[in-house]
Amino acid sequence: MISKRIVLRFPNRLIDQPIICKLVKDYNLEFNILKAYVTPREEGLLVLELKGQDDEYNKGIEYLTRIGVRIQPLSQDIIRNNAKCTHCGICISVCPTGALVIDSITRKVHFYDNKCIACELCIPACPPRAMEVHF
Amino acid sequence: MAKTITEINENIKKGKAVVVTAEEIVDIVEEKGVKRAAQEVDVVTTGTFGPMCSSGIYINLGHTKPRIKLGGGKCYLNEVPAYCGFAAVDIYLGCTHLSDDDPRNKVYPGEFKYGGGHVIEEFVAGKDVRLTATAYGTDCYPRRKLETWINIKDVNEAVLFNPRNVYQNYNVAVNLSNKLIYTYMGVLKPNLGNANYCSAGQLSPLLNDPLYKTIGIGTKIFLGGGVGYVAWQGTQHNPTAKRKDNGVPCVPAGTLAVIGDLKQMRPEWLVGTSFQGYGATLTVGVGIPIPVLNEEIVQYTAVKDEEIFAPIVDYGKQYPYSEKPLVELGEVSYTQLKAGKIKLHGREIPTAPLSSYPKAIEIAETLKDWIKSGRFLLTEAVASLPGPESGLTFKFLKERPIE
Repeated sequence: MISKRIVLRFPNRLIDQPIICKLVKDYNLEFNILKAYVTPREEGLLVLELKGQDDEYNKGIEYLTRIGVRIQPLSQDIIRNNAKCTHCGICISVCPTGALVIDSITRKVHFYDNKCIACELCIPACPPRAMEVHF
Repeated sequence: MAKTITEINENIKKGKAVVVTAEEIVDIVEEKGVKRAAQEVDVVTTGTFGPMCSSGIYINLGHTKPRIKLGGGKCYLNEVPAYCGFAAVDIYLGCTHLSDDDPRNKVYPGEFKYGGGHVIEEFVAGKDVRLTATAYGTDCYPRRKLETWINIKDVNEAVLFNPRNVYQNYNVAVNLSNKLIYTYMGVLKPNLGNANYCSAGQLSPLLNDPLYKTIGIGTKIFLGGGVGYVAWQGTQHNPTAKRKDNGVPCVPAGTLAVIGDLKQMRPEWLVGTSFQGYGATLTVGVGIPIPVLNEEIVQYTAVKDEEIFAPIVDYGKQYPYSEKPLVELGEVSYTQLKAGKIKLHGREIPTAPLSSYPKAIEIAETLKDWIKSGRFLLTEAVASLPGPESGLTFKFLKERPIE
């Protein structure tokens, strides 16, 4: 079983296609949409949590790649600028998934990007603006 | 046996001074007892790194050719207004000031991405800052307009002067209302959704000298990565606030006005920060050395998080409308706050800090290194801060209608 958080970028010719439906019907994959929008240039962006059997997951990804969807792991899109972070810890109050937590010994803030769902609540809540979004 | 600051400075000069942080002294006193700790330790260093809105800088720009008198005119640094109601080329920039066209809270909650605090951070970092000014012109100061880049290395003086910093203890903010609110204590979720606090607790300067026995006017301190001094008691200094038996206030109490040469300071200790829906400010690093003159003082510095209590305050209604709380919310210790959740009304409420404890440790350690290496000597206070015996308290504004 594989479960991953991924970012899908659709070229404008694909935005009216029922692609996610195919992932469910043909590849038995489960999905949870974390974010979706269409840019002014009519490119689609979809952040998904995608789950399924290893071979079916890989075939699903292969299908997406074949039709022209660009795929990358979510963790590359929300990053912490470590030079700016002061480890104050206020971000933990807005993070809904526990991706931002305070180490009980060092009192420093850890960012677990594998838990991040890119809700972006931490972006304006961070006083030195150390959390950055790179969609 | 009691020590004097002169004796401690002799030890520092010889490189023999025993210097520990306010965190380390806790274990030392527990292990060795108050008497031996007072004999063996010379200095305890403290630190705090938090948003401090009553902060700002003054600059003397140097005269222009022909001369301009900014007093009575207007001036901006990177579009952020600075105060120029002084002599010709002295200006003051407060950290919460915003550019005239900042949308503020018009689109709620505002982002407050760039204010006076951000200008200060960039200026300290050595970046060029754009100065634009207009004046009315006089016979001796004929010029009416000025537009130029300025740099910290070129101006005559650049001084950080903060009328209120280093709060001795602070509120724990919660929200009893049923809507999300954006405050200077961070985002507060409705119906006691979270609790935010803002103090370094056992490392915080004034919590380690609760009755101001050593910290006074003229005390030399770590300020913004450079050296500064306590200039006065801070505004809203409230020494008569409620205290526990250990002398430590259990509500916000004392404050300090501090001053120091901005040219020696570092941008990592003066950080421009933005509070969503509230405003821009400056997060300031301050560290204060406490000379261990006797057993009483070492006992004060050994205070630990479990012995320091902060009041829980409702920012939904009680704080904004200056009301008595509808329900008594009580107080919690910093040990409870740092554990990540507090119990209130039978519920567990997650906590988060606004003041950086790792940075407070770094400041206390830096100050310790400065003193150990002999580059930082302690000063004797030239006057004491008003203590509980002064009867001094702070009051609300008494409004009188204007006919």
